[in-house]
Amino acid sequence: MRMTGLPEPKIRIQNVSYAYDRKQVLRSISLDIPDRSVTVCFGPAGGGKTTLLRLINRLNDMVDGTSLSGTILVGGQDIYAADTHIPTLRRKVGMVFALPLPLPGTIRENVLYGLKVAGVHDRGHLEERLEISLTQAALWDEVKDRLDGMASALSGGQQQRLCIARSLALEPEVLLLDEPTSGLDPISTAKVEESLQQLKSEYTIVIVPHSVQQAARVADYAAFVLMGELVEHGPGKTVFTTPKDSRTEDYVTGRFG
Amino acid sequence: MNRYRVQQAGFVLLGATALAVVVPILLILLIIIVRGWPALSWEFVTAMPRDGMRAGGLFPAIVGTLVLTMGTALVAIPVGVGGAIYLSEYARDNWLTNSIRLAIINLAGIPSIVYGLFGLGMFVLFLRFGTSIVAGSMTLAIMTLPVIISTAEESLRSVPQEFRTVSASLGGTTWQGIRNIVLPQALPGILTGIVLGLLRAAGETAPILFTVAAFYLPRLPRTPMDSTMALPYHLYVISTQVPGMPESLQYGTALILLTIVLSMNVAAAFIRSYFRRRRQW
Amino acid sequence: MGDDATWGAALPSQPQKDRMRQNTSANLIEFGIEATVKVLGYSVVGFVILIFGFLLREGLPFFVSVPVGNLVSTQWYPTFGFFGTLPLILGSILVTVVAVALSLPMGLATAVFVREVAPPWTREVLKPIIEVLAGIPSVVLGFFGMTILAPLVRQVLGAPTGLTAFTGAVLLAYMSLPTMISVAEDALDAVPKSYRDASLAMGATRWQTIWRVVVPAARSGIVTAVMLGLGRAIGETMAVMMVTGNAARMPVTLDSLFRPVRTMTATIAAEMGEVAGGSVHYHALFGVGIILFVLTFLVNLFAALTIFQKRRRGGLR
Repeated sequence: MRMTGLPEPKIRIQNVSYAYDRKQVLRSISLDIPDRSVTVCFGPAGGGKTTLLRLINRLNDMVDGTSLSGTILVGGQDIYAADTHIPTLRRKVGMVFALPLPLPGTIRENVLYGLKVAGVHDRGHLEERLEISLTQAALWDEVKDRLDGMASALSGGQQQRLCIARSLALEPEVLLLDEPTSGLDPISTAKVEESLQQLKSEYTIVIVPHSVQQAARVADYAAFVLMGELVEHGPGKTVFTTPKDSRTEDYVTGRFG
Repeated sequence: MNRYRVQQAGFVLLGATALAVVVPILLILLIIIVRGWPALSWEFVTAMPRDGMRAGGLFPAIVGTLVLTMGTALVAIPVGVGGAIYLSEYARDNWLTNSIRLAIINLAGIPSIVYGLFGLGMFVLFLRFGTSIVAGSMTLAIMTLPVIISTAEESLRSVPQEFRTVSASLGGTTWQGIRNIVLPQALPGILTGIVLGLLRAAGETAPILFTVAAFYLPRLPRTPMDSTMALPYHLYVISTQVPGMPESLQYGTALILLTIVLSMNVAAAFIRSYFRRRRQW
Repeated sequence: MGDDATWGAALPSQPQKDRMRQNTSANLIEFGIEATVKVLGYSVVGFVILIFGFLLREGLPFFVSVPVGNLVSTQWYPTFGFFGTLPLILGSILVTVVAVALSLPMGLATAVFVREVAPPWTREVLKPIIEVLAGIPSVVLGFFGMTILAPLVRQVLGAPTGLTAFTGAVLLAYMSLPTMISVAEDALDAVPKSYRDASLAMGATRWQTIWRVVVPAARSGIVTAVMLGLGRAIGETMAVMMVTGNAARMPVTLDSLFRPVRTMTATIAAEMGEVAGGSVHYHALFGVGIILFVLTFLVNLFAALTIFQKRRRGGLR
């Protein structure tokens, strides 16, 4: 459903149903995700939120035994069209995972990995992207003197911001974050949430929060997903303070979780 | 009878058995070293044989073993590692893929002499390579394949799946993920497997009996179609078929072969433990 | 709908036209690599078929041209036209079975000792030594057997020669020990600590725990070890050839264990050098090779099946 009066949505999920191993995980979800804002996709565990996210960058292609129906448009293009170049899609739609997952190697190698496999070799450009992405991820000051140190030596919070920088280096248009702060302490969490506020002026951000409180803190728009169904969506304030559906209200007020 | 006395006696028995297993191994090494040492000299290792093998050196046999091992490596490494990459990174889990696994188990179980027969029938005769380094190397390579492919696959699989997922999420193709992350991380294990496989190939006699080995060839092999001397075959012949062979020469040959094989063993163990310490996951 | 221009050149090195459409040259590399490794993987299957095929090609004439009565007779004198394979098969079986009968208790005892009884530092000492044994080439062991072990056996037993089935079995038993010990150790490792704890809590000694609880629980792994040991022992060539005396007699009497005997593997290795290509003898040796191939295939298949079954059922038993 189109939210009227708003600019063209960046991501349009239309009637998407998805089954894995003959278990229905998503049921006929339709959702528009607006550009340059933070959309929160929240709900109890196992509801299909992570799966939904992974459909947007087609990471679920790596899994066998699945069936998908419906359409997903990113920037107006059907990403499941037969001639879609998946690596390019994944550069446009970056993803940060729940656990910090640094690649083996140095900080520099981590951040520039995506550019390297994309075939970018110009040293000047690479150094520039390195600094910009680390700055955007609020990590530059902490690591600028040890860019050639091992990424595994960083703390959990720093590693997660490194992963954000990694995706940003590719100048994506969408950033998907799957419970990015679930393993982090409150200070690191705050830093990540802060950078999201900065980033949303340039990117479309879709985040699966790890708590309702985080969802309420960061959301411009919110979608409540329960057992594979999209129960309700709308501007963040509305969904959290005056939800229309009783299930949403129950979840938001903590009656179940 | 007191249960604890029984236990004591039992433990002693177990310990004695373990000793009975281990002590002969050390004895074997000791005897070969002690009796073979006198024969070792610079000449023994680097000179050509003379007088029907009763004098001179083992140089062609040593070179032959090295050449055969390299030839084996040339074929077994690409096929083995490539096949392992397929099994670990590309293949789906269906019966067709399982046929490969069954084939690997099969190959691993074939007696070495049967490999020799196959090598004779296929490479020496059918393909008309004659007794040659090519025939011997190919036979040894197929024999070594199961070891290399199994350890390589296991190494690749042990690399955490997360790395592949991250690589893909950053726009890497399957091959880019393998080349940049998975393969380098799996390399120590793959190398260990390769060294272990090759040391087995270096020490084998049966597969080279009819495919490449010559006994008295006082010159080095010049082309891959030449036959060559080889240490294992050499030891076999001088200990069973040459009358009047000085015992020290026999032990000396055994010592050299043992040294080569065991040092490869040690190298493999080193690779394994060194990289295990530096692992990043 | 969405404007194509919004996708623009995000990466300076990406050409304008490469939005999300297929990038054919990169795809070609990807496809090429996948195809190559796929071929390499399936080549393994090809080799097995090739090997079996060649064995059949050269060996089938033997089974076809020699009458069955001759084949199962008890005389193997190829030069005189006697192709009785029984002495060879029985010789292999005798040496193999005795070898496994020796190495199973020794291997199990060592594994139990290392795993359940000895302090951890002994493990660090014993394991490398056992691995060394695994690395010694069979021709070296055969050499050792010939020059040291056989005379020893002859002296101890007062027999006319030390080159006997028994000597071969002892040597083979030692050669099988590294595998036997390793698989037995894995089987013991797989027994949950809770079994041991429960037994000890009920007042049993460690000794009783080992033999009444742990080892029975590791039973299937031990069976696998036996099968693997059998498979490798049947296929061993050089060591047995140098040590078993190579007389193709029927090993049916009790003292045959201490007389020379000949295995299938030794037969092939010893006689192939002397046959004329294409003669019946030549095909005969390939025929024996087929028998060997089938035997080891069956044993290894059985061992593999027990491993698969165990995995599918999960856990022990």
